[in-house]
Amino acid sequence: MAARDRLGKYGLRYFALGYLTMLLLIPVGMISYRAFEHGFSAAWSSVTTPDALHAFLLTIEIAAIAVVANTIFGVGCALLLVRSNFRGKALLNAIIDLPFAISPVVVGLALLLLYGRTGWFGSMFLDNGVQILFAMPGMVLATIFISLPFVVREVVPVLHEIGDEQEQAAQTLGANWWQTFWRITLPAIRWGVGYGVVLTTARALGEFGAVAVVSGRISGQTETAPLWVWREFGQFNTTGAYTASLVLALIAIATLLAMNSFKRKEAS
Amino acid sequence: MPRLGGATLGRGLVTAYLSLIVLIPIAALVSKSLEGGLSGFWDSVTSPLALSALKLSLILALIVVAINLVTGTALAWVLVRDKFPGKALVNSVIDLPFALPTVVAGITLLALYGTNSPVGIDIAFTRVGITVALLFVTLPFIVRTVQPVLLELDREMEEAAASLGASPFTTFRRVIFPNLRPALLAGTALAFARAIGEFGSVILISGNLPKTQTAPLFIFAQIESGNTEGAGAVSVTLLVIALLVLLVIGRLTHWSLRHGR
Repeated sequence: MAARDRLGKYGLRYFALGYLTMLLLIPVGMISYRAFEHGFSAAWSSVTTPDALHAFLLTIEIAAIAVVANTIFGVGCALLLVRSNFRGKALLNAIIDLPFAISPVVVGLALLLLYGRTGWFGSMFLDNGVQILFAMPGMVLATIFISLPFVVREVVPVLHEIGDEQEQAAQTLGANWWQTFWRITLPAIRWGVGYGVVLTTARALGEFGAVAVVSGRISGQTETAPLWVWREFGQFNTTGAYTASLVLALIAIATLLAMNSFKRKEAS
Repeated sequence: MPRLGGATLGRGLVTAYLSLIVLIPIAALVSKSLEGGLSGFWDSVTSPLALSALKLSLILALIVVAINLVTGTALAWVLVRDKFPGKALVNSVIDLPFALPTVVAGITLLALYGTNSPVGIDIAFTRVGITVALLFVTLPFIVRTVQPVLLELDREMEEAAASLGASPFTTFRRVIFPNLRPALLAGTALAFARAIGEFGSVILISGNLPKTQTAPLFIFAQIESGNTEGAGAVSVTLLVIALLVLLVIGRLTHWSLRHGR
């Protein structure tokens, strides 16, 4: 019996860890091997071309805008969902999760149809010389859409947990809405917000499908880092593709470390 | 009174943001896909290529969810009940697929299991390859929904079952599984929705062949060739499938919480 139990325990352990190793650990480890296959300088020069640098910079700019927009919206929306009652709350709750259920390509197509020449908003912007598609605004809109739910979803449970007694106490003592939020609510939810911000950042930096559709993928202009990786790989510049992937993977690992420290702070 | 005004203003702003970012684009998508009437929509969705792409996405998503239910539960179990060196590291690595850009996930898998595979396994341009990519990106969902429930689970129930002579399997099936069911359903919903719509990690592995064309890849190809109406019809169908599955799982969870024990 004991032998069977031990077999079960070790069997399960090595099955689970083996699966993780084959699916995740070795492949991710392989990126650095492929990146430096032809030496360090080849890897370095492959990702320091003007187009590559522009792609990385653009990715960071778009992610920064999306993160700020979705953080402000996310905190406000979470406050609304937890601290007030109104008709249609369940519907609002369902709509927030919609981006999780939609393929990124479909998001791209929806924006393409809305802001395209024959779309509802298309002529309005084009006639005034404002370029939405194949330009920064379209890519930002796509990225905001894709990463919208994270902050809301991380902040809502924290708000539930802290309750509103302190907020009410502050208001009884004469604090206005902004003072209450800034001095009481925000400090209490800061780790939840931080966790949401990290998730939003990771998603925004890596966004591919939606941006691939709305950007027009003009290299050196509307090409983000993931799109650059894809094009270079297709053109058999594997060193460049793997090196840029390595950079993105390192950013992902940094994100992971940030996630873990936020989770620990939230728990304590 | 000013509080009430503030709440109304907040509600208005949130509604406006959601409408501008999410609802109006989706409305435009639905309206454009119906521009050719219902028959046009139907023709687009039932064209052989569209139909086979939708079918492939649905089947692969189901397979991926089924595999995840087993491997995800096993991983969560090992992370909660087992002790081994490096467990904290393994625990944080689970989230890597969430943090890694999808196109990097695809490239990563091709580095090991692609045409120049150092281990001699070549799954590039195959349905197996796409399945592996989907398994990669959906790895954390079941683990992360089951893990907290396992942590909270009272072990006395299991010990009672075992002392009454239940085998480990019976204990799992009759005592542990009913407790995990809502978490498994929640993880299933997230993993299914992600798998059926996944694009970035599969585009390189599929190699743009008809036999490996999933619905999102089909939509992308149609957009590229200018057939936005056909792309729109398949997009709306994909969205409806995802929402229906989420609805059914929501009902099942509700039922499971009421009658589960």
